Amino acid sequence: MTPKEMVVTLRDRYADEIETILERYPAEQKRSAVMPLIFMAQREEGYITGSAIDEIAELLDIASTQVVSIVGFYTLFYANPGGMHRIQICTDLPCALRGADEFAEQVCENLGVKLGETTDDGQFTVEAVMCLAACDKAPMFQVQNSSGLTYYECQSADDVNVLVKELRTSPDDLDETVSG
Amino acid sequence: MSEFLLLRHRNIGEEGIAELDEYLRLGGFQAFRKVVTQMSPQQVIDLVKASGLRGRGGAGFPTGIKWSFLSDRFPRYVVANSDESEPGTFKDREIMERNPFQFLEGLMICAYASQAHVAYNYCRGEFWQLVDELQSKVIQLHDHGMLGDRIFGSEFSLQIHHHLGAGAYICGEESALLESIEGKLGQPRLKPPFPADRGLYQQPTVVNNTETLANVPLIIERGAEWYRSIGVEKSCGPKIMCLSGHAKNPGNYEVPLGTTFRELIFDLADGITGDKRLKAILPSGASAPILPATDVVLDTPLTYEDVSLVGSQLGSASIILLDETVDVSWAAMKTTRFFKHESCGKCTPCREGTYWMDRLLHRINNGQGDHEDANLLGEVAKQITGKCLCPLGDFSTSAVISGLELFHDDFTQHVRNGNGSTVELSE
Ligand SMILES: Cc1cc2nc3c(=O)[nH]c(=O)nc-3n(C[C@H](O)[C@H](O)[C@H](O)COP(=O)(O)O)c2cc1C
Ligand code: SF4
Ligand code: FES
Repeated sequence: MTPKEMVVTLRDRYADEIETILERYPAEQKRSAVMPLIFMAQREEGYITGSAIDEIAELLDIASTQVVSIVGFYTLFYANPGGMHRIQICTDLPCALRGADEFAEQVCENLGVKLGETTDDGQFTVEAVMCLAACDKAPMFQVQNSSGLTYYECQSADDVNVLVKELRTSPDDLDETVSG
Repeated sequence: MSEFLLLRHRNIGEEGIAELDEYLRLGGFQAFRKVVTQMSPQQVIDLVKASGLRGRGGAGFPTGIKWSFLSDRFPRYVVANSDESEPGTFKDREIMERNPFQFLEGLMICAYASQAHVAYNYCRGEFWQLVDELQSKVIQLHDHGMLGDRIFGSEFSLQIHHHLGAGAYICGEESALLESIEGKLGQPRLKPPFPADRGLYQQPTVVNNTETLANVPLIIERGAEWYRSIGVEKSCGPKIMCLSGHAKNPGNYEVPLGTTFRELIFDLADGITGDKRLKAILPSGASAPILPATDVVLDTPLTYEDVSLVGSQLGSASIILLDETVDVSWAAMKTTRFFKHESCGKCTPCREGTYWMDRLLHRINNGQGDHEDANLLGEVAKQITGKCLCPLGDFSTSAVISGLELFHDDFTQHVRNGNGSTVELSE
């Protein structure tokens, strides 16, 4: 993580990526890049910082308040820090019919939190989310962290215990969708 | 139909179809080559029209006709709608993961027919890894000369880009989706004008669902006659039915349109979990009215016409099964929570109405309701219906209104059972 005193801009860190993103849209429609740029900026800290918002606004010639409203509108953008790993369990109707609510309760109990809360060590936040397009593989959840977003399907509370242990020790080691 | 046409990775000998070499070996991109080198855009549109293909994103609009509506202005855009966020829908993801090139080829043919040089594939944000993979497939296509400038030596050039959503169901609505690509809040536009006239960046735009596009290469390859021979007259072709909830074997089933609920649920998916009795069916995710599991309903063919004749919609065919143990007021609470969360907030009846329905349903389900609450719920739902800018408002009332009508006792039993107090009703 970057020490607070050092001012490293997104442009310094991600010059190439910013260029690739901007190339996808017509030159006079730079604003289209706002979502991919927020995703990019959010990767590092798990949420979008005030300075990142200002810099994105400047890159795209729009007002910071416009970037703020985009962050507020979309569920996957975060204005505030959460746990290092967000465990987002789908409890929508199809999954709930296959035990997702009880599963979510178990996961919370094992981690000693309620839905929406973060563990004391700041590592895990458990959230209930809407359908993730994996309804035939319930119970399922996604984990959102610095490695991106990973699906875990056909899961049991025990599977989650194992995963939590793994993530605690090696936070970066997340690549494939796990299907049980 | 013994053959998979959309989920070809399941056919023996076609499992490796997600790899470009294998897709090419199986005849992939012959259709794209044929349209670019031998057909005019108008001929492609006429062929797709003649096939009878209808949009698989929910509304069932004839695809060829949609393409023919484009205003005579340039540049034009085509956009694949891979937002796939309706509860109970998980077909576009399987197509893009397992048979990605057939979808991309369909998108490329659509771009040629529309004379667009840029195509976007809008995917829900959760498909982040999938999009990484699709992007590398797009690069492969550039390397093979099938994307980029002057494709196959013709005048036609094409780029495909991906745009990730970020967790907003409303961005599946085509005009909200376009706003989202433009970097704005994902809120629906007033229609008309329709995207075919003023779409992305106010230019003529085609928006098609992922599954719709995956049908297109087959139509070019095998002809309109052949396509029409699958399914029934007005609803033809193969369709992926997403079966979830209390199905013994949930999953994606590719069947000809016109297959009945009974054949799908009992013959193909082996019936209901734990061999319980089937109570009700939501045929189109959270968005369409609930159907009772009567013989008449079970023998209804899965077509756009027949499902609406029995009082619901085929929509995107996200079929959710509820067994006899399910309390429909609980199911309605779940769908309402979804719509309350996903209302974009632009119109008051939808924003406020979903909030009140959610509160009432929680009160009812917690046993804190009184005898009037079921009626009040029905009243609130009727206040939303027909008063909103986009269909989401009406969607939010479907399960509530049909549930109250068909399974009224489920909404009142909590009061009658006295499993809660009736004193906390100060609001
Ligand atoms: C609230 C709402 C959500 C929608 N979500 C999707 C979706 O996730 N995917 C999709 O293809 N169409 C969705 N649609 C339908 C699109 O607006 C549009 O009709 C469709 O993408 C057109 O493609 P098609 O003609 O190939 O079906 C949605 C519509 C509404 C009103
Ligand atoms: S009906 Fe709901 S979702 Fe649609 S525009 Fe109005 S507030 Fe937004
Ligand atoms: S309802 Fe949980 S993934 Fe669809």
